[in-house]
Amino acid sequence: MAEAVLALEGLHKRFGALAATDDVSLTLRSGEIHALIGPNGAGKSTLIAQIAGSLRPDAGRILLGGEEITGLSVAARARRGLGRSFQVSSLAEPLPAIRNVMIGVQAQAGHSFRFWKPAERDPRLIEPALAALARMGLAHRAWTPVAELSHGERRALEVACALAMKPRALLLDEPMAGLGPEGSARLTELLESLRLEVPILLIEHDMQAVFRLAERISVLVAGRVIAHGDGDTIRRDPQVRDAYLGE
Amino acid sequence: MSATLLLEQLINGLQLGTMLFLMASGLTLVFGVMGLINLAHGSFFMVGAYLTAAVTSASGSFLLGVSAGLLGAAAVGAVVELVVIRRLYHRPHLDQVLATFALILIFSEGTRWLFGSSPLWLNTPPWLSGFVTLPGDARYPLYRLVIIGVGISVAVGLYLLISRTRLGMRVRAGESDREMIGALGIDISRLYTAVFALGAGLAGLAGAMVGALQSVQVGMGEPVLILAFVVIVIGGIGSIKGALFGALLVGVVDTLGRVFLPLFFRGFLPPSEATDVGAALASMLIYILMAVILAFKPKGLFAVND
Amino acid sequence: MTDQTPSGTLPGDLPARPPRRLGRRGTVQLVMLALLLVLPVAADLLGHPYYVTLASRLTLIAMAAVGLNLALGYGGMVSFGHAAYFGLGGYVAGIGAYHAFDATAFMGMLPGSDNLLVLWPLAMLACGLLALLIGAVSLRTSGVYFIMITLAFAQMVYYFANSWPTYGGQDGLPIYIRNQLPGLDTQDPLTFFLICFAGLVLAMALTSRLMGSRFGAALTMARLNDTRLATAGINPYPVRLVSFVISAMITGLAGALYADLNGFVSPSMLSWHMSGELMVIVILGGVGRLYGPLAGAVLYISMETLLGGLTEYWQLFLGLTLLGVVLFARHGVMGWLAGREPHG
Repeated sequence: MAEAVLALEGLHKRFGALAATDDVSLTLRSGEIHALIGPNGAGKSTLIAQIAGSLRPDAGRILLGGEEITGLSVAARARRGLGRSFQVSSLAEPLPAIRNVMIGVQAQAGHSFRFWKPAERDPRLIEPALAALARMGLAHRAWTPVAELSHGERRALEVACALAMKPRALLLDEPMAGLGPEGSARLTELLESLRLEVPILLIEHDMQAVFRLAERISVLVAGRVIAHGDGDTIRRDPQVRDAYLGE
Repeated sequence: MSATLLLEQLINGLQLGTMLFLMASGLTLVFGVMGLINLAHGSFFMVGAYLTAAVTSASGSFLLGVSAGLLGAAAVGAVVELVVIRRLYHRPHLDQVLATFALILIFSEGTRWLFGSSPLWLNTPPWLSGFVTLPGDARYPLYRLVIIGVGISVAVGLYLLISRTRLGMRVRAGESDREMIGALGIDISRLYTAVFALGAGLAGLAGAMVGALQSVQVGMGEPVLILAFVVIVIGGIGSIKGALFGALLVGVVDTLGRVFLPLFFRGFLPPSEATDVGAALASMLIYILMAVILAFKPKGLFAVND
Repeated sequence: MTDQTPSGTLPGDLPARPPRRLGRRGTVQLVMLALLLVLPVAADLLGHPYYVTLASRLTLIAMAAVGLNLALGYGGMVSFGHAAYFGLGGYVAGIGAYHAFDATAFMGMLPGSDNLLVLWPLAMLACGLLALLIGAVSLRTSGVYFIMITLAFAQMVYYFANSWPTYGGQDGLPIYIRNQLPGLDTQDPLTFFLICFAGLVLAMALTSRLMGSRFGAALTMARLNDTRLATAGINPYPVRLVSFVISAMITGLAGALYADLNGFVSPSMLSWHMSGELMVIVILGGVGRLYGPLAGAVLYISMETLLGGLTEYWQLFLGLTLLGVVLFARHGVMGWLAGREPHG
């Protein structure tokens, strides 16, 4: 059995009376794409925030590569190899796409308190950034300002930024958000090609992409994982059908 | 340190506090509803004082003067909002700071041009210049108690306005969701002008009343403005309750600090050094208090979620 | 030391950059520096030391603004309390001279000095430490709170200076004889101007180099999108704090020179008006532009000198100009002269 690259153990998070995350345990194994689905309001964003580090769980542990990261900051987790993309693209708009990617390369290369050598044309930053962009089919748009990129290009750029950090695990939060059928199909293919390089925890609404990509699927409803298994199992599970159709 | 001195200074502190509340409530309302930081608020304080002085000496009636100060400052506020402020609502805070700093320059130099650099004459009217006897046989100026009274009335009035009237409802709605209130079809620009003018009027009222205690001169609003900012930061920007609590806290701490810190140091330092150290520490006390509070509650004591 | 477009191609299938040449921006920058150097020298040769001193004043105000620009323009931190560092630098120069003159010691421990090679590092160290303390607390807040808290801390320093009688309190502290640099006559207006000019050029060169480095890339990202920065693996707080400290040190050094220029240091160097003036100069010139502070200082001093000669209410027109720039000409003088920056 493949080792768990990312493991969530018994996560809990309450906001007042609302249990946004209710005893969630989950693993991500190397070589796999594990999808997390669920209706709106299920608590997916809250869960992502806890994994990424922008929200502290009330109880439970998060482990990356066997090491506990529950108490670490967002930046510290990123340095340990947790890559993340956002549901609503979070990029530096006036800068070229490649500069957004280069900052991730820079972070992985050690501390940033280097005040003297010029960085903008440093091949040690540019080449890995270009490689990440090429992986996502964006090399020809490297020097275009983000503000001029199409929506689909921005979604791909988000993933490229995460890839540039040489992550051990990727957390993708609705990468298909806002993409039409062509864009989704293209991005799905790109993600498919990433599978063997880095395991992906994929939060998605786009069911076509989910069933195509994911070996394992977990279903989150009202903060709890109510079902877990492969595509067929999930499709047939009565609780899941209830949760989606009953909505 | 006698009980009489303590009581007297406490009331002084309350007076400073209520006057600060008049300033701070306007500032915090404008920030809470419109998201705008207004450095020129101190200029409205000054305008109120100048108008009061001018009208009082022209008409002989202090009441007329104060009304002129309040209404005049509100009117000036409305004009400023229409001409300048409404272009700033969607701008970053830096732009708001610089634009309103520019307004300070314009108001200060403009006032100096119109009225000259020497202070204007404004005294408390005879019917308010008496003394009240405190427990312990001390005499306390009636006028300062009147200021406290006015401050409390304004606080109550604001509370009623915000919680019981339609205008207040719109203000509260505006504070929690700016975009929504526009979508609901409420004429938001009129609301904003009204709120801004209200804040300016309150500042003008404060200036009008304080002008009789201190001198009416250009730049009188600036030390008060800084204190008002400290008040709203301590209280939580956007919270009127916070402004009241912060104002009273700052007023009392500042007043008591200035009187009692030098006395305290005289306990173990030679007198001249004690006065120096005490005075230095007293003037920094409010800022130290603010820094300590922000260390524990970075958005102030009664933070409004923004 | 101007911006030039670099030569050569980059790895990968990227557009080749045009060969080295001075663009519109580079030309404007070069002309500004040249005029700043040549005009005071000419004034000195023609026997008008007043203009040399005026040029020194302009240069030092510009240098102080270069410091602020690093925090505010490049770093996006709206510090409304940079006068604290300007004044502290001035006071270090003043207190050093005072104790050297008297042969007494500061706090009974540190002997005075009138050697600028001692005073300058001391001024920068003091300002750096103060900025470290203020920044450590302030940078935990953001937005309006940050603006207010930096203002409040500067007020603390102001009131403290105002009430410490040993060094003049409200009346300020005179520096009777300008502090010395070994081998140079600092009393000579032109020599002192050249020292100030060197200071400005160094500050700008440092800023330029810093912003081109990896640290500068991190700072830029901290300003544009600090979520992206953290997600990439860099914590924004230390990056901001270090830039804040460096910016304070530059402004502080300018303050130390300023005190020597005027032969006087007073709490007014610490006032919030001073903080406001520095911000005004940065914005008039163009926020986050390398030559912005210099352009802003030129505009400010020109208005003060030319308009101030016509009316004592010149600040009214400064206010109107500032309002106009903020509302209608957001990119300042450099935006108008040299066009938009490529990105950021």
